[in-house]
Amino acid sequence: MKKLFFVLMMGVLLVGAIGCQTQVEKKPIRMSTTTSVNDSGLMAYLQPEFEKATGYKLEITSAGSGAAIKKGETGDADILLVHSKAAEEAFVAQGFDEQRISFMYNFFVIVGPADDPAGVKGSATAADAFKAIAAKGASFVTRGDKSGTNSAELKIWKDAGLAPDPATDTWYKNIGAGMGQALNTASEMQAYTISDKATYLANKGKLEILLEDVADMKNTYSMIAITPKRFAETNLAGAQAFIDWVKTEKARDLIAKYGVEQYGQALFFNLD
Amino acid sequence: MQEILYQLFGPNSELREIIGLTLVMSIFSTVISAAIGIPLGTWLGLTEFRGKKTWLKINSTLMGLPPVLVGLLVFLLLSHSGPLGKLSLLFSLPAMVIAQVILISPIITGMTANLIAINASTINETCLGLGIRPGKKLQLVLQDFKWDYLLNILAGFGRSIAEVGAVQMVGGNIQYKTRVMTTAIMMETNMGQFEQALALGLVLLVIAFVVNFAVQSLRTRISDD
Repeated sequence: MKKLFFVLMMGVLLVGAIGCQTQVEKKPIRMSTTTSVNDSGLMAYLQPEFEKATGYKLEITSAGSGAAIKKGETGDADILLVHSKAAEEAFVAQGFDEQRISFMYNFFVIVGPADDPAGVKGSATAADAFKAIAAKGASFVTRGDKSGTNSAELKIWKDAGLAPDPATDTWYKNIGAGMGQALNTASEMQAYTISDKATYLANKGKLEILLEDVADMKNTYSMIAITPKRFAETNLAGAQAFIDWVKTEKARDLIAKYGVEQYGQALFFNLD
Repeated sequence: MQEILYQLFGPNSELREIIGLTLVMSIFSTVISAAIGIPLGTWLGLTEFRGKKTWLKINSTLMGLPPVLVGLLVFLLLSHSGPLGKLSLLFSLPAMVIAQVILISPIITGMTANLIAINASTINETCLGLGIRPGKKLQLVLQDFKWDYLLNILAGFGRSIAEVGAVQMVGGNIQYKTRVMTTAIMMETNMGQFEQALALGLVLLVIAFVVNFAVQSLRTRISDD
């Protein structure tokens, strides 16, 4: 009886060892992306296609662009998918990247309550819309989380010549959270906020698009492969595989089609 | 270290605001939970009635309510699409207090009921023997067990300071309005700002230690009596 048990155990261990061997070939790719990209559903849509086409597994974490990029610095990611040009360029300037490729864009939109108390609709630029909101003292939700969207929002305030301070301007609500949560909170409060169109359509709540397609709201996404020079276990091959896959016709087609069936419009556009 | 001290005692401190909000929320939650839990727990401990065991079991179950579940239920209750939406309570300090009271009252009730039940027969016999009326009886019990009650209240306070899930969901972590220590720590960590998160964590730890120290001192005091 004991002998049989021993043989069985050896058998199990052997099978386990062999099984593990076959997994080791393609290391999982740790992708650090932003809440906007994740909350829009794009990654959930692309992931199975990528994994099927290349045999790699993607492990995706999301945070605001600032925190997402930080993961690249601390060796906790192999590839970044973010949309915060200034922060990305700072990252690259420090030599943390192997390569950076801008590949996709969409537009931010200003969303808010259907009755539009601040009269944002019809503004010529986002800066004008922000001026109207501040003048009215209408509730505005800001992400305040050093994300790409937040950086874009702060730039628009700056262009409008304003600097709302949550300490004194009680209409300016700083929630320190991601895009999905910002939209839910704004919907609850019937407040204005800025969002990328994709995440908005996936989290409409009780908000309407009040301003879109203006020049100061273009939003470009880039992929950054992390250099293996700083952390030996960085999966550069995996990161490269993803970058190469995104450039294929199939992937570009998938990106261009995302959202068309569900929302009647494309949510992301390929950069040529 | 200097950074923390500067933030604690310097001008325009956001850290002080966060600590202040945390204390206000926790004190309100604890006081209200105690106002419910102590009388209820005492009565449950002293009185025999049909179905008592069931009620105690229900309270035990409530003690084990997952905080995020409470957060979700209160959120749905107070949301504009929910029954109490008109009150516009969501994302406010009162909402956080409501969620905490739901979580902490059963704990104080349960601990008090336990404490009193152990001594119940002695109390009841003594009062019966001396012909003490219920009103006076309650007064005597409160007096005799005041340190034990305080112990339970402090335990409730410690619980409320540490709560993060429910409080994040119904409070929304809004800067200067509902951002408390625990939600701030979570946010700073999510943003990758680990130094700030650690600083906040340190302050929270100090407060927790102070409360626990008080609890331990009381324990020794009680056992000395």
